[in-house]
Amino acid sequence: MKAIQIGLFVLLALGGLGVVLVRDPLRQALMVGVYGLLLALLFFVIGAPDVALSQIVVSTVAVPVMILVTLAKVRSQEAGDREGEDPGSRGSGG
Amino acid sequence: MSERARLVMFLAGGAGLAALLGWALAGLPAFGAFNGAYALLINHVVVAQRAATDAVTAVNFDYRGLDTFGEEFILFTSVIGLAVLLREQRGEHTGPSAQTSDEHRFQGSSQALRGLTLALIGPIVVLALYLDSHGALTPGGGFQGGVVGAAALLMVFLGGGYMMMRRVSPHGMVELAEASGAAGYGLVGLGGLVFAGVFFKNFLGGGTPGQLVSAGTIPFSSMAVGLEVTGAFVLLWTEFLDQALMVSGE
Repeated sequence: MKAIQIGLFVLLALGGLGVVLVRDPLRQALMVGVYGLLLALLFFVIGAPDVALSQIVVSTVAVPVMILVTLAKVRSQEAGDREGEDPGSRGSGG
Repeated sequence: MSERARLVMFLAGGAGLAALLGWALAGLPAFGAFNGAYALLINHVVVAQRAATDAVTAVNFDYRGLDTFGEEFILFTSVIGLAVLLREQRGEHTGPSAQTSDEHRFQGSSQALRGLTLALIGPIVVLALYLDSHGALTPGGGFQGGVVGAAALLMVFLGGGYMMMRRVSPHGMVELAEASGAAGYGLVGLGGLVFAGVFFKNFLGGGTPGQLVSAGTIPFSSMAVGLEVTGAFVLLWTEFLDQALMVSGE
């Protein structure tokens, strides 16, 4: 095993730990992206560039976006609940 | 159950799990050990047989083209199912009007972000087209290029707001791209049936390995899949963004 591979394995272990230990969902979404990028680097170093490309686009683009949009939906719902009966007035303050 | 009993149970279970894990890890093959006869065979014959220099893409779009056909329709049907589920439903209504919603930016949007995304859109589109078209030559292919292409439209959203993204990628066009990409890949397979008698047989000549137009049907498959994946991901995101930004429930 080459040094760069060992280094990436260690970083991946730390990254996985980071994803679990970070408690704020927004930061968690970013950590998942970073973790996916590390995984992609590992795939690249091991000699699987095709898989690395898929990993980059799915794990650093597609998945964080889905998480962020879900968070936005949850937050706008919570804001709507707080504002009461007229959710149509939301966002007009822009 | 008392705390002490639970601790004892955990220690016993944890010790058992650790022992089994250690046993399993001890029996693993060495790091980098490889035993895939089929992969080695493909690596030897792929350039001569298919004139493709990227064996992975050749397997995806040619040797195992039928599997990719199935995978593609998994993506297609799941995105269609999601679009059906996330449509504006009874009890929900479209929230702010188009104009106010475009001003309704997410927190943290800044001039620097807008400038950066504006500068990135062009290179990302080029990268997506490169990955789509060079699938048979270099690592990449339709799936990767497709998601990169969708990311370019996401950049439009980040830099220009949601309504701008909807303007450059109207719903009808996105659906058309997804459907025609899926159909195009199916047509490549049907072409094999018509011209060579076997579904997904590579019915075009290989050409010179390393040339852009080579490897027979593989570039066409790759570009069709790229179109489909771009459409699928943009549709996925716009449906979710619709839900998050426009539609509000009771």
